[in-house]
Amino acid sequence: MFRGIIKNGIRNELLLKVEEISGQNVFNCYQCGNCSSGCPVVEYMDITPNQVLRLSQYGASEEILDSETIWVCSTCLQCSSRCPKGIDVARIMEAYRTINLRSGIGKINPRKIDVSAANDIPPILLVSAMRKLTG
Amino acid sequence: MKRIGVFVCHCGDNIAGNVDVERVAKEISKHDGVAHSVDYTFMCSDPGQKLIKDAIIEKKLDGVIIASCSPTMHEGTFRKATASAGLNPYQCEIANIREQCSWVHFDKEKGTQKAILIIKSMIEKLKMNELLYPVSVSTNKNVLVIGAGIAGIQAALDIGEAGHKVFLVEKKPYIGGHMIQLSVTFPTLDCSQCILTPKMVQVNQDENIELFVNSEVESIDGAVGNFKIKIKRTAQYINPDICTGCGDCVEACPELVPDEYEEGLSYRRAVYMSFPQVIPYTYTLDIDNCLGLNPIACGKCKEACKENAINYDLRDEIIEKSVGAVIVTTGYDQYPMENIGEYGYGKYPDVVSGLQFERLIFAIGPSGGKMLRPSDGKPVKKIAFIQCSGSRDPERHLSHCSKICCMYTAKQAKMFKTKVPDGQAYIYYIDVRAAGKDYEEFIQKAQSDQKLIYVRGKVSRIYKGNDKMAISAFDTLSGKKMDVEVDMVVLALGLVPSFGTAEFARKFNLSVGTSDFLSEAHPKLRPVESVNTGFFLAGTCLGPKDIPETVAQASGAASKVLSLLAYDSVEKSPIIVKVDAEKCDGCGKCAEECIFDAITIDKIQNVAVIDEMKCKGCAYCVPECPYDALEQKNLSSQQIYNMIDAILGKGNKVEKDKTHVPKIICFLSEIGPYQAADLAGTGRMEYRPNVFVIKVLSISMLNKNHILYAIKHGADGVLISGSHPGESPYPGASLKAKERIDSIKSEIKSAGLNSDRIRLEWYAGRQAKGFAAYVDKFVEYLKMKGPVDSAKWRLLH
Repeated sequence: MFRGIIKNGIRNELLLKVEEISGQNVFNCYQCGNCSSGCPVVEYMDITPNQVLRLSQYGASEEILDSETIWVCSTCLQCSSRCPKGIDVARIMEAYRTINLRSGIGKINPRKIDVSAANDIPPILLVSAMRKLTG
Repeated sequence: MKRIGVFVCHCGDNIAGNVDVERVAKEISKHDGVAHSVDYTFMCSDPGQKLIKDAIIEKKLDGVIIASCSPTMHEGTFRKATASAGLNPYQCEIANIREQCSWVHFDKEKGTQKAILIIKSMIEKLKMNELLYPVSVSTNKNVLVIGAGIAGIQAALDIGEAGHKVFLVEKKPYIGGHMIQLSVTFPTLDCSQCILTPKMVQVNQDENIELFVNSEVESIDGAVGNFKIKIKRTAQYINPDICTGCGDCVEACPELVPDEYEEGLSYRRAVYMSFPQVIPYTYTLDIDNCLGLNPIACGKCKEACKENAINYDLRDEIIEKSVGAVIVTTGYDQYPMENIGEYGYGKYPDVVSGLQFERLIFAIGPSGGKMLRPSDGKPVKKIAFIQCSGSRDPERHLSHCSKICCMYTAKQAKMFKTKVPDGQAYIYYIDVRAAGKDYEEFIQKAQSDQKLIYVRGKVSRIYKGNDKMAISAFDTLSGKKMDVEVDMVVLALGLVPSFGTAEFARKFNLSVGTSDFLSEAHPKLRPVESVNTGFFLAGTCLGPKDIPETVAQASGAASKVLSLLAYDSVEKSPIIVKVDAEKCDGCGKCAEECIFDAITIDKIQNVAVIDEMKCKGCAYCVPECPYDALEQKNLSSQQIYNMIDAILGKGNKVEKDKTHVPKIICFLSEIGPYQAADLAGTGRMEYRPNVFVIKVLSISMLNKNHILYAIKHGADGVLISGSHPGESPYPGASLKAKERIDSIKSEIKSAGLNSDRIRLEWYAGRQAKGFAAYVDKFVEYLKMKGPVDSAKWRLLH
């Protein structure tokens, strides 16, 4: 029986899906923390990028799916460019977002956007927010 | 007709797992000439060897095949066993069915079939093997040691003590290497100079050791036991016998140059002494920075010298010596700081390397042992050490762990705290590796006693703070970002082989392994020998290591050399070239071409004569002979043809349908490609079983007939592979082979045939992956092209 952080077995279906979408091997990570160190928005994350890799290795992907981190990630690619092991961390973030979005879980609900406020928002921002954060 | 015994090894499950060894032994027993065929779990074990010896005697065998691991592993073992049963050792051949069969083909049926063919081809070779006896060469008892760091010093002292003459060659003007730059050594904290200088003095005083500083080895010719070396010594301009070391010349010199010994932290003159305890004790005139030897331009030092020790008329000299063995201790350099842009080298003068810190904290170093910032001389209160600077970063820098940085960083942090008790030290690390006697205890004690802050995380960048530098990192243990301001940053830079090692290795045929360090003959069992016989290696040229390990290795290399020199002669392989006097008319073409000047022409008999001592057996001359009068011993043309026949099966009918399985004959040079193929096995890199290897000393022995014979008799492709040009033990052999094969290929092309069925590739031992992948691609290509029309090829002359 698994207890604590490991719930669904190490290499569960969800993790395999993440690996397939991202094309990354999460076991390349040796926890140097360079991804979190370079991240410009790490202060706003509930799980730090290096913890995303650690939890993924444990197969604890559900915690990541429920986290703020994957939505906070701005896909600036700092983490990917700094990783000494060549892991494209941003792709892993994207994979988690994709899994959520495909099952209809988005960060923003387009119906709830204040239409009057939309007038003040640059259209490109609306478009990119829709693409990245809605299912 | 020979009575041949075949012994098939299971190697536990290593061979038996993918090859049906019992079936192999049974099938082979039916082969023509085989008098005895058995299988056994471990042939290399004592009972296994006894099995062979008993069979040789009981069954009256006059040739044995051991089907087992690569000949590089146990050829020696089995030949010894054969000899002890009274059979000529060259009547024992190895069929490599492990590295080049069971470890690379995982389909048991195909593996078994291939193993049978490999053994058959070796049987056919063995049938024509002649009796050979090793040639004895008398050994020279002198030794060359290249590099006079702690490794070179230790090796030279050990050998000198045993009574042999040592030539110790050092590029720098002083001996002592990096160790003489260090402040104290971990974990005992004894002063580096205090323990090293007595050894340096000993080198100077030992009558058996002849020291050459400011010198480099220009060439090493010959073979183990008898090397001819040339040492190039840069002109000294100062006669060390007259120089009293008064220092008047230094005061007169107007030039200032960054001091290499002080890692560029202070300046020296163009005429200088690196440090007061320097050995040999003399001043050095640095010609690159001297204003000119022309007295009109400067000449101030000569005027100042009261003893007249300075002589501008000296020139570089070449010194020739003879030695029996060579020890290489070329050491390391730090990974260049400028490669790690985010750590601000060049931008912030207070970012220093580990070695620079050693100088800064040294009592008589550039700052007089005070912890001052190099930029403005203000005291250092907060300091950061960054471990793994360049190391363990396969994506951008070095992939290896430099092994000593964890320890020297802890040592430096401790020393800093001793000098600046109210200071704070931060150590950034990914893992702390303190494997060594008293090492872990040292780090734990330093951490708790000195209140060192170990931050578990890689530093992402260094940027400008208020007055100071700031470090941005992420503490993975607390999960918090952490920026601190510090006065000085020390980069624990990774170790790389000393600059110029690659070129050095190419020049002297030493193989280079992962991370560009030199490689040993066997990583576990022959750790101080090189594959190039007669060359021994020690210290950090092999890989990062600390001082105790380096010294142990140096003594190990020295003792290996001493056991070599304990004999008055060394045995040389009798695999050389022979001349058929009937065919030879003494035209002298071979003598002209020979790389080693081993052939002379007997003008009276009109026949070529091979010098047994000089001939290395590369058979470079064989294809040059217009009368086919030259052959390599135990690998004659007929033997090659018979091996090919055995692999292809005589009268092999080619299936013209889609089930056609192409067969490739590979001629692989022993050094380089054959090692790559073996390593592909060690790494279990699966490739298709369609390739059959014929091992040659050098592919320069192959002539047109050898290459075309395979295709004319049904092989679909031929792969010829040698070591990279410049890396072959036979200088020029690879390029000569290329020239010959190119001309054969153009001939094939003009006959309207597909010259792409014959391929020439270079492989070094390290390129196992490349070899496996290439073979697969070649098989794919040949499958696409379909079976070869060998009838058309037979029309080629």
